[in-house]
Amino acid sequence: MNNYYGFGRIILTIVLAMCLRIAPMPDMMAAINPDWVLLSLIYWSLAMPERVGIFHAWAFGLLTDVLMGKLFGQYALAYSLVIYLCLKLHKRLRQYPLIQQGLFIFFCLLLSQLLLFWIKNLQHPSQLHPSFWLPVITGTLCWPLVYTMLRFIRLSRRAK
Amino acid sequence: MPRKSAIKLLFATGPSINTRLLVAVIASIALLATEQTSIRLDPLRATLSFFIDPIKYLVNLPSTLIEQTSDSISSYTALKKENERLREEQLIQQTRLLKFAALEKENIRLRALLENSFKLGEQVLVAELLSINMDPYEHIVQVNKGTRFGVHPQQPVLDANGVVGQVIRSLPLSSEIMLITDPNHAIPVQVNRNGLLTIAVGSGQMNRLNLPYLPNNADIQPGDLLITSGLGGTFPQGYPVAVVDEFTPEPNKPFASITATPKAMLNRNRELMIVWSNTTPIPLTSPQKANDKKTETPADE
Repeated sequence: MNNYYGFGRIILTIVLAMCLRIAPMPDMMAAINPDWVLLSLIYWSLAMPERVGIFHAWAFGLLTDVLMGKLFGQYALAYSLVIYLCLKLHKRLRQYPLIQQGLFIFFCLLLSQLLLFWIKNLQHPSQLHPSFWLPVITGTLCWPLVYTMLRFIRLSRRAK
Repeated sequence: MPRKSAIKLLFATGPSINTRLLVAVIASIALLATEQTSIRLDPLRATLSFFIDPIKYLVNLPSTLIEQTSDSISSYTALKKENERLREEQLIQQTRLLKFAALEKENIRLRALLENSFKLGEQVLVAELLSINMDPYEHIVQVNKGTRFGVHPQQPVLDANGVVGQVIRSLPLSSEIMLITDPNHAIPVQVNRNGLLTIAVGSGQMNRLNLPYLPNNADIQPGDLLITSGLGGTFPQGYPVAVVDEFTPEPNKPFASITATPKAMLNRNRELMIVWSNTTPIPLTSPQKANDKKTETPADE
């Protein structure tokens, strides 16, 4: 039971992220809607690497596959690779200033989007609008927001 | 107590992080490869969808509430006016249907004479669109009816004006519908005026279909109505799909460039109809012949 101490909050934030991911919005906004699920997974894996592991990322990836109506495994693959990088580098990343951290987040989101693009192209090759890559940039810009919000949630738990 | 467990976790022995990654990657690739070629993973998706569908309905909730409140606060006179209009419409449709039933019977008789099979009527189920946002590069929408209501993949979906698309995946509580404008969707159509057969391919834009497989001298002109041809078996025959709005011959290319506008209100309607076509054809042989056969068989024995 102790292993899952605080895990409820993690699940809650990820469910919230999933809601944001599919929230109805105008086409312009939808095109730049960042991958909130991955952003919150990155945060939790950096903040609590002993609680959020690769298999958690993989399982949430599977759920995201169902959420987005994609073939099983593509989000799972992208998320587990990105979380692997985060777990490998979390000790160094915690020392980095925000800008350097942002650069790392940018590469994580880019890697995930690249994998999704690659799998999409394997299924049915098609021309892709350049705005496909915009969520990577908006995701990086949203990182400070996600970071502060989730940090607040994490620390409010400890205070209780 | 929590601190102790954290330390225990820190030194937990188990497969190393590299091994875990390897397992996750192999599992993902195996899942991808399996699902692309078979339907064996559908039960897994249905099970996981029990966790995910509440999220979809939760996101859909605000727009449903807004609709309901606007319904409940709309004024009495407006409601009365709408009711009157609907009743008139209903009367007109009813009279049209009276004639239609007779015509259908006649058509079936004539087809039986021509020894041509004919599909019987269709059953429909009204489903409501969930207002959630999927991939912006695919024209796929979700509705609130799933396998619980007997919805299954490849069912045609219509609205009051024409063909909307087809069901591509059905989960217990919701299903995904690919619109005819999706770049990966193609629908066999025919020109209503002269029966010219072709295929309408989605363009990726909400108000446009392309007809890329017609030669430059094809008999087609702006304003022609395109209806489903019934070829391919997914869509029943005779439903309006689109109206041709531009025909540009391209003399140096084998095919002309033709665009059409879908009849269905793809980005406005909230109610869609999922269709079950009754696939039992009218028997090809006339009753007379059937009787002959019956008398023949005992004689053979």
